[in-house]
Amino acid sequence: MVPLLEARNLEAYYGWSKVLHGLDLTVEKGKVTVVLGANGAGKTTLLRAISGLIRTTGEIRFDGVRIDGKAPEDIVRLGIAHVPEGRGTFPNLTVLENLRLGAYTRKDKQEVRRDLDRIYTYFPVLKQKSNSPAGLLSGGEQQMLAIARGLMLRPRLLMLDEPSLGLAPVVVADLFRIVRAINEDDGVTVLLVEQDAVGALEVSQYAYLLETGHIVSSGPADELRQNDSIRKSYLGY
Amino acid sequence: MSALLQQVISGLSTGGIYANIALALVLIYQATGVVNFAQGEMAMFSTYLAWTMINAGWPYWLAFFTTMVIAFVGGVVIERVIIRPVENAPVLTIVMVTIGLLTIFNSVAGWIYTYTVKPFPSPFSSAPIKLGPVTVSMQEVGVAGVSVATLILMYFFFQHTKVGLAMRAVVENPTSSRLVGVKVSQMLALGWGLAALVGAVAGMMVAPLVFLEPNMMSGILIYAFASATLGGFNSPGGAVVGGLLMGVLENLVGTYITFIGTELKLTVALAVILLTLLVKPSGLFGRAAVTRV
Repeated sequence: MVPLLEARNLEAYYGWSKVLHGLDLTVEKGKVTVVLGANGAGKTTLLRAISGLIRTTGEIRFDGVRIDGKAPEDIVRLGIAHVPEGRGTFPNLTVLENLRLGAYTRKDKQEVRRDLDRIYTYFPVLKQKSNSPAGLLSGGEQQMLAIARGLMLRPRLLMLDEPSLGLAPVVVADLFRIVRAINEDDGVTVLLVEQDAVGALEVSQYAYLLETGHIVSSGPADELRQNDSIRKSYLGY
Repeated sequence: MSALLQQVISGLSTGGIYANIALALVLIYQATGVVNFAQGEMAMFSTYLAWTMINAGWPYWLAFFTTMVIAFVGGVVIERVIIRPVENAPVLTIVMVTIGLLTIFNSVAGWIYTYTVKPFPSPFSSAPIKLGPVTVSMQEVGVAGVSVATLILMYFFFQHTKVGLAMRAVVENPTSSRLVGVKVSQMLALGWGLAALVGAVAGMMVAPLVFLEPNMMSGILIYAFASATLGGFNSPGGAVVGGLLMGVLENLVGTYITFIGTELKLTVALAVILLTLLVKPSGLFGRAAVTRV
């Protein structure tokens, strides 16, 4: 079976400095894959490279087709939703307008409306606040909005950039539960990038460890959880 | 009392024109972060095109709507050809480019049409209408009506269409907009097109009052700057309110403060700009810019 996403020898640059050094990464269809790493390891860069926001070399294939070098607005149209770091919501637009933007590239209006209703069942708070500006939501609600906006694309691949950032542990647990539900119930493939290894490994099936732009380790999530050195440096027990 | 009311109402009519040009300025400022100094001259040039068509025997409204279309296309082309190459240049560079555009439009208009003042027809008669204690002309009502209709259409476009929503999204967060599939550069071109269109409407509405000549918009542009500054450069609604206020203020000051008369009218606009920047730099309805460091 062709993996949904495959990166081979991926290198990425900010200006002249190289941030990713020849990564190989595979995301299997229907699974949750996590990339763990500390600040500055290159996690955000990896996602930005996949969605075409920065210059890369090497190969990125989506469902077998090369997507490297394509513009972000074309990559979205293939079904890749990128929920960026810091959520990237539109603070002065209403919650509903934010969600409608998520479905911007879709033409199937009826289905969009149905998806909106489904998404409201995952995130009831967004329905309550559908007419308030996104900027007035709490941090957790904004993260929910960002994920919901990604789902409005009805994506084949949902990429989440540190959804746990700056949120209370209870909220994070809630979010991860929803991510799992989205994956299990709707069959959405998820590529998650995280610092919070404990929570992330729990929802994922496969994990990569990224350090200063290199993948240093990878394997099934529960194997990585057992691995001593990973436990010490990432899980802290 | 009725004299005051009279001045206020006729001020609202010119205010509608200021509101339109101010809105055009705000549209481009919001999308690109740059004030388009050529806005007035683009409107003037469009008005000359309308004049050419009317002179060739076209019915007024046909010329009016054809000019709107040409202005829109022209705005898009200017963005694509002239602004796009300097898109990522420092603000000052882009400002210089728009000032260059101003000069070019001004000279080309002078070259083609000469600097002789020309009358421009109005679609509305100057017949007086009595509204209680005040008398307004059909002309004033018509101009106000066209301005208001344009503003309402703009409001509808931005609030209730998908493309309008995408354009507002681009203003807020270009990167996130790209990530949901909005083609940002197309939206910028569209913004220039709409601004040029709105400007053209204002130009055709104001030309019967100020007469057609290459410099006809210079005073109006300064009033429009004052309107946008007063209302808030990042608030389209504020720009409209600012425009109406400036129209009324201009009339009241001209009538009641005798030493200002018509000679010092521009000073009023400049004073408003200065006062706004001193007292509330973000304008009445604008948000203060927050930069995260």
